[in-house]
Order: sequence, then structure tokens, then C-alpha cells
Amino acid sequence: MSAIVAGTAAPTTAATRRPRGGLFRAVLHNRKAMVGAALLLLFILLAAFPHLFVPWLHGDPRAIGDTPLAKPSGAHWLGTTGLGQDVYAELVYSTRESLVIAIVAGLGATILSVIIGVSAAYLGGFADDGLSMLTDVFLVLPTFPLIIVLATYAGKGNLTVIIIVLILTGWSYGARQMRAQALSLRNRDFLESARVRGERSSYIIVVEVLPTMTSLIVANFLGAALYSVLTAAGLQFLGLGDPNSLSWGTMLYWAQNQGALVNGLPAWALSPGLAVALLGVSFALLNYAFDEISNPALRPVRRRRARSAS
Amino acid sequence: MRYLLRRLGFFVLTLWAAMTLNFFIPRLMPGSPEEALRERLSKGGSVVTADQLRTVLAEFGFEPDKNIVLQYLEYLKAMVTGHWGVSIGSSLGVPVTTLIGDALPWTLGLVGIATVLAFAIGTLIGTVAGWRRGGLIDGILPPVFIVTSALPYFWVALLFISLFAIGDHPILPNDFNYDQGLTPGFNGEFILSVLKHGILPAGTILITAVGGWILTMRNNMVTTLAEDYVRMARAKGIPSRRIMFGYAGRNAFLPNLSGFAMSLGFVISGTILVEYVFNYPGLGYMFYNATVSTDYPLLQALFLLVTLAVLICVLLCDFAVFLLDPRARTKG
Repeated sequence: MSAIVAGTAAPTTAATRRPRGGLFRAVLHNRKAMVGAALLLLFILLAAFPHLFVPWLHGDPRAIGDTPLAKPSGAHWLGTTGLGQDVYAELVYSTRESLVIAIVAGLGATILSVIIGVSAAYLGGFADDGLSMLTDVFLVLPTFPLIIVLATYAGKGNLTVIIIVLILTGWSYGARQMRAQALSLRNRDFLESARVRGERSSYIIVVEVLPTMTSLIVANFLGAALYSVLTAAGLQFLGLGDPNSLSWGTMLYWAQNQGALVNGLPAWALSPGLAVALLGVSFALLNYAFDEISNPALRPVRRRRARSAS
Repeated sequence: MRYLLRRLGFFVLTLWAAMTLNFFIPRLMPGSPEEALRERLSKGGSVVTADQLRTVLAEFGFEPDKNIVLQYLEYLKAMVTGHWGVSIGSSLGVPVTTLIGDALPWTLGLVGIATVLAFAIGTLIGTVAGWRRGGLIDGILPPVFIVTSALPYFWVALLFISLFAIGDHPILPNDFNYDQGLTPGFNGEFILSVLKHGILPAGTILITAVGGWILTMRNNMVTTLAEDYVRMARAKGIPSRRIMFGYAGRNAFLPNLSGFAMSLGFVISGTILVEYVFNYPGLGYMFYNATVSTDYPLLQALFLLVTLAVLICVLLCDFAVFLLDPRARTKG
């Protein structure tokens, strides 16, 4: 979860004037972004077409088999659970829920932070003071304990509750960055001319301000999605998710409960966590790459030039 | 001075917000503590009278018939004066403060040391990586630490257990805070045992936390190195090392310092998972147990305590920034 602090590169305004399609090309030329995107694409494929990756499976991936606690073998690539379920099949089919949580919660948190951050910067005065204060309070409140408390009271296992809670606790960091960048944009000429043209504030915000903030918004989404993946997996691991759902966190919960490590089945105990980690890594790599794209100073330089400079 | 006053105001406001959340969440959510308590009390087969139930609930501050505003004010008073009630969980009737007092030193020792170490190491490596931008360290470390910073705490913990603590020759213990056969005391054997049991949990926190610091510090450093005063220092012929730490590092460090306090919330969340995996009897593990046994008073007190801890760190960092950064002093 400390990964969230990884994206604190000061928002710059260097990204404001770029030709159309530049963002896409920048992604193509960034190695970190490419690795992250490839990983993400793999997970999207797994989530969309799980049956393609487990073609021999007909029916429920959680179907109870007759060889419990088997070690990895040709028949069961990652072994079986205490109920004889195939770990590999479960792992593949669990991608969907974990990815959906990440994307829905990430999108929700990003939208909330754009709304609060940009309106704080644009409205100014008391509204800004109030919203900034709210952001700071939410930033400092320890979110994971809060989530646990909320999830406990709201009834365990409800996916909607988990997503809402993730959104409510995940927006503050982005809102702060949004506000900072929107503030730096506020007095630019192109916004002034829009105001002089007599455009409505809503038009200015949506058509003039937001497009210039695209890379920051994307980076924010990735950060929020990373936070959601890790937090949701943690919650489910602790048993605060739906124990019957197909997700990586739930798999970890059962692996822990049935003593996978003690029974000498590290593949079962570690593979769901590795999947969470890889999805997290793909978001983190993309996030970092977007930081580099929006702030050219952070890009890696060729070694020869760096030497002559120092 | 105005800067400090404003930060103090923020401190009070956030604490109030945390306490208010604490008060309203259980009252707005389905599943009342009353039922949880009734269940727990009657578990041993004994029937609980309504009177008994009411007494215990009142102790906790739950008086459902009373005016909610009055309840709220009394709750605030109780929280501020340290009357945090008694546990209704597995250790029924024990004051919450006693339970917390037992667990607090373990978490403070483990998490405190691991976090400070991660911050110090991360900042140092980040400074060097940013200074030699494009150099060997800068080429290898940032990508590696992007990866480690995205690893789930509990996964690293499980990995460590399967690598070091399980098998025919476990090198390190995988649960509790010290060998249960030992009596706590100030002797070599006990201290060694505590250290041994602390290595894996602390290592987990260290590995997952250090990456974030390296990356932010490196990025701050890169941005700061482009400043005119660094060029000026170079032009004056000041030794590189002094520019690195005294000019660029010092300025790049400031945003990291406020980030440090802010990130403690994340560290605490990691602590819950790490202590859970290692059965380490600290606050995080206690938090988990309180959830499982729906021990509302304990949950409430722990949440308040955690918020308080983060806030105190934020305040301390604010003071540090105030001392280190002349701009914060004059801007107000």
C-alpha cells in the first residue's frame, strides 16, 4: 500500500500543450509502460475468457475433486485445495472479480477526486478551504482500519459495500493532486479567453480544463486501482469478503485457513498472492510511466549524457 | 506562528472527525452491538437479563433510549478523558486500556523501528539515485522498487514464512513475539528470542515500505537538481557531497517528510496484515481479533488510538518542517 506514495512527482504543467495522440505515442515509447500494459492485457484476457486458459474444465472451477491437498502435477498444475479443487482453475476464474473491483473502485475514486479537487481549485475562497480541509482529513484517517470497521458493521462479504468503502477511502490522495494542477491552470490565457467568450463554468471545466489534465487523471486512476486491488485482497484475506466468491483474496483466505503452508503446498498459498502482486505491479508500472510522461524531468536519461552532466 | 496554529487546528478537527465517525458508524449500521453482546454473554449457557445487558452496554456508552445528542456529548467526554470502556470480546470485562497497554509496546517496537528504518534507508538511496541520475543505481533500483512497492504485505509475509520458517530446518520462527517457554525479563536469552521473532515481520514491512520512499525521494531530487540554487552552488565550486546533501537533498527531503507522516496510515494497515500472518500479538492482531469477535469497544478504542498516532506523527513532522524550512515560518 505504500505504493500510493510512489506517484508523488510534483504535478507539472509541461503536459499541457501536446499534439493529439502524443499520449498514446509516449506510452509506446516507454518501456515500463509497455511491460505494465502487457501484464494488464493478459489479466484482461484472463478475466474476459477464463475458459480459454482452462480448456479441459467443464463446469464449476470450484467443483470438489477427489484428490485433496495434492502437490502440483500434470493434472493439477498448482495442486489442489483441501476440498480437492484445482488451484489453477480457481486462480484463472478469480481474475474477473479482482479486476472488476480494481477497475470499478479505481474509476469511482478517480471521478470523486476529480470532482472535489477541480471544484476546490476552480471555486476558490471558502469552498476551497472547506474542500481542502476535507481532503486532508480523509488523507490522514487510517483507511484500512476504517475499512475493516465499516466492513464489519455493514455485514461481511458484500461486494458492493467493499467497492463503496474503497471509493470513499481512496479518493483523497488524488483530489489533492488534482487541486494542485487545476490551481496552476486557473489563470492561463486559454481559460481566460473562454471566460471572456462567456462560456459556462461547467463547459470550461469539462472541455477546457479536464483534457489538459488527462495524464494526471490516468495516473491517478492507476494509483487508485492499485490501492483497491491490494486493499480488497487484504480484506478478503482476513475473511471480511464473501467466503464463497471466486477471487484471489478469498483463495488466500482458504489457503491460510486450511494451512496450505504447513501442509507443504506453497503453490496454493502463494500463487493467488502472486497474481495480486502482478496485477499491482502492472498498475504501478503504468502509474510510474505516466508520471514520467507528464513530467519529462523524471524520464530516464542515457548514461553517457548523465556522466558529462555530473 | 500562524502556520503552527493552523496545523494544531487541523489536528483537533481530524481527531474530532475520527471520533464522530467512531460514534456514528455503529449506530447507522445494521447489526447492533447489543445483539453481539447478548450472543456472547449467553454463549456459556447462562441467560442474560435485560438489566445486566443494559448495565454492560451503558458502560460502553450505548444507551439506545437516550437523546442522541446527549449520547454523543457524553461519548466525546468519555473518549477525551480516557474512559474507553470494557471489552465485550474474548476477554470479556477487561478494561480496553489494559488490553491495549499490553499490546502497544510490541507494535511500537516492531512497526516503529521497521518504518523509521525504511524511511531512512529509502531516503538515502533515493538521494543517491536522483543525484546520479541515469547511473548504475538509478538504472536498476527504481524498476525493482516499483515492483516491491506493489507487493501485498501479506504475500511477502507468506513468502518469507515458506522460505525461512517452514520445512525441515526452519531458520527463523514464524509466529508470536518470543518463545512461549521463556519468561519475559531483561536477560540475553529473552532479548535474543524477541529479536529472532521480530526479524521476519520487520523485514516484511521494510521490503514493502522502502520502495515508495526511494521513488519519491528520487523524483523530488531530480526536480530539485534543476533549480537555480543548485547550479549556483556548482558554479561556486562547492564540493559535490555538500551540494548533494546540504543543497539538493535538504530541499527534496521536505515533501518526503510530510509524506512520511501521511503514509503512516498505510503502514498501519500493513501492520494488521503482517501481525495477522505472523500471529504477532500487537495492536494490529488485536484489531483483527476485535473484528472477528465483534468487540465494539475495543474496535472503537483501537481506531481512535491509530488515528491519534498518525495525527501525532503528522504534527511532529509539521514541527520538523517548521524548523527546517524558513518558508513555512514566514509564509504563515
